[in-house]
Amino acid sequence: MTPDYITPELFAKLVTLAALELTPEESEYLRTELNHQLAAVKELSEIKLAEGVQPSLHGLDCQGNPPRPDEWLPFPDSAAILALAPESNGEYFHVPDFRRGGEEAK
Amino acid sequence: MSSIQLSAYQIAQKVRAGLLSPLEVLEDHLKQIAAVDGVPGSLEPKTSDPAEESKVHAFIEVSADLARRQAEQVRARLERGEDPGLLAGVPVSIKDIFCVQGTTTTAASRILYNFRPPYTATTVERLAQAGALIIGKTNLDEFTYGSSSESSAFQPHPNNPWNTERVTGGSSGGSAASVAAREVPLSLGTDTGGSIRQPAAFCGVVGLKPTYGRTSRYGLIAFGSSLDCPGPLARDVRDAALMLQVLAGADPKDSTSAVAPVPDYLAALEEGVRGMRIGISPDYDHITYPDTLTGEMSIQAIQPEMNTSVRAVAEVLAQLGAEIVENVPMPNARHGIPAYFVISRVEAASNLHRFDGVKYGYRARKPALDLSELYRATRAEGFGLQPKLRILMGMYVSAAQHSAQYYQKALRVRSMIRSDFERAFDPNGAYRLDALLTPTTPTTAFRRGEVMGDSVLMQYSDQMTVAGNHAGIPAVSIPAGLDPQGLPIGVQFFGMDFREDIILRAAYAYEQATRDAEWRAVQPQALRGSEVKA
Repeated sequence: MTPDYITPELFAKLVTLAALELTPEESEYLRTELNHQLAAVKELSEIKLAEGVQPSLHGLDCQGNPPRPDEWLPFPDSAAILALAPESNGEYFHVPDFRRGGEEAK
Repeated sequence: MSSIQLSAYQIAQKVRAGLLSPLEVLEDHLKQIAAVDGVPGSLEPKTSDPAEESKVHAFIEVSADLARRQAEQVRARLERGEDPGLLAGVPVSIKDIFCVQGTTTTAASRILYNFRPPYTATTVERLAQAGALIIGKTNLDEFTYGSSSESSAFQPHPNNPWNTERVTGGSSGGSAASVAAREVPLSLGTDTGGSIRQPAAFCGVVGLKPTYGRTSRYGLIAFGSSLDCPGPLARDVRDAALMLQVLAGADPKDSTSAVAPVPDYLAALEEGVRGMRIGISPDYDHITYPDTLTGEMSIQAIQPEMNTSVRAVAEVLAQLGAEIVENVPMPNARHGIPAYFVISRVEAASNLHRFDGVKYGYRARKPALDLSELYRATRAEGFGLQPKLRILMGMYVSAAQHSAQYYQKALRVRSMIRSDFERAFDPNGAYRLDALLTPTTPTTAFRRGEVMGDSVLMQYSDQMTVAGNHAGIPAVSIPAGLDPQGLPIGVQFFGMDFREDIILRAAYAYEQATRDAEWRAVQPQALRGSEVKA
């Protein structure tokens, strides 16, 4: 049997941290797959690292553009960005007003 | 003759010379889409029409109006005596993970079902500026998370044009299928662990993952930010080189895009392979696969035709004057997937935090008591299973108490994977390779539904490709024959940093030397019996 790396209790904690909600069927599938993936990843712990191996955040050394000045550049059409929001007043993104129970937001 | 029979290079040549109308080219390709593609992917329940089972379903959205406007612009530029660009009048499909103003950009996810980006990705801008016609957005695994394109929230998912009961591969499955089915000559895909090369191999087309940083990521919805790489899918090597020519180069909007000079890829093709040193590695003729119950690793054979194809390609290149270097050790290749399971998930979880139903996209309708409940409900309803799995895995392996064991270790293993390639390509080393030749995939295209749901087995279909993403180096997959079931076989060349020109040269030399091979005359199933015949 696959080791229970992720117990139901730990899984519930992860789901909360991930800002998710799951059905029982989803939970069962995802916890099983997580344990399978962690079994596959177990190999990593057995790899002997050569002396002085450094972590690589990218495969090759950064050849990127020199950093640009830290200056604010306005997007030319901010109205287009606000228009994408599920709810806005044309000036701000809106979320429901939870002080009144969340349903009366406008 | 319909222009769908032409390569992108031929179309652009004819359009620029005034011998072919860009509008005519566009209509030919729209006709082909109408003939073979079937219903586009959508959030609505699947159609029960059995005729749809044999359709390609490469597209989520066909942007005919946008492409017509662009075709008119190409025509106007020609009339003014201007050169409309290297891709004048060439229809191009775009994996629906790139922001394109004027289209919906879904990432094949419910959470972005209505997202109309107010800007366009740099790569897509460059294609349009070079005269390309953006003909539509292609389907993919949700947020690119998969290797079969079946996990899209927009169904039906793409089918393999060679056999519609088989998967296209993924995650750029719709892109590869659209090229194979002659709906477009070129498509723009992304490759994070093999997502251009693996579907290219499954669909019998050319797929190029450039060096990390060679192509801009601006406007690409991120998966693994240190791994993601936009690149071309094409029906031949010259077309892939042509498209890379347009895409490559620094972009002030992407700080990781590279300032390295861009060579003339088309001119390089003609230089041949005489004197080139091409390596073959015993570490790429099998895969190392874990037992998910015990975690024990075992060596498993790959489909035998994969290895015989590598040998056959090497033989052709040797006849053309290349030196084949045997037994190149790549001992860390086997660690590619375990390291990827950690690094890509950490980056994916981080990148997916922005989707919360406040600024754009889907928002859950059910009443929430507070903001965090709104986020949770939105993400629960908006994300499919594969994004949820990646978020959870990424959060677990990057947690403070596990990071040293998983994430920090994986980053060091990544350095070791990179060192294999540095040793193989070292001009003063024992091997001094110009390219490493390997199979692209362990098998040809598997059956629909065969692997879906088994997240470990699905991930291992990228074992041959993923080391290139860890190392950041370029790699190109090219067709190298058909297996006994008539399914395409792909082989790939890995190359040195920013030396796409060298691997394209090797690929082109093989392609030219085998252009009369019998298998090249075989057409994909989706094209047989249609009005369009090669």
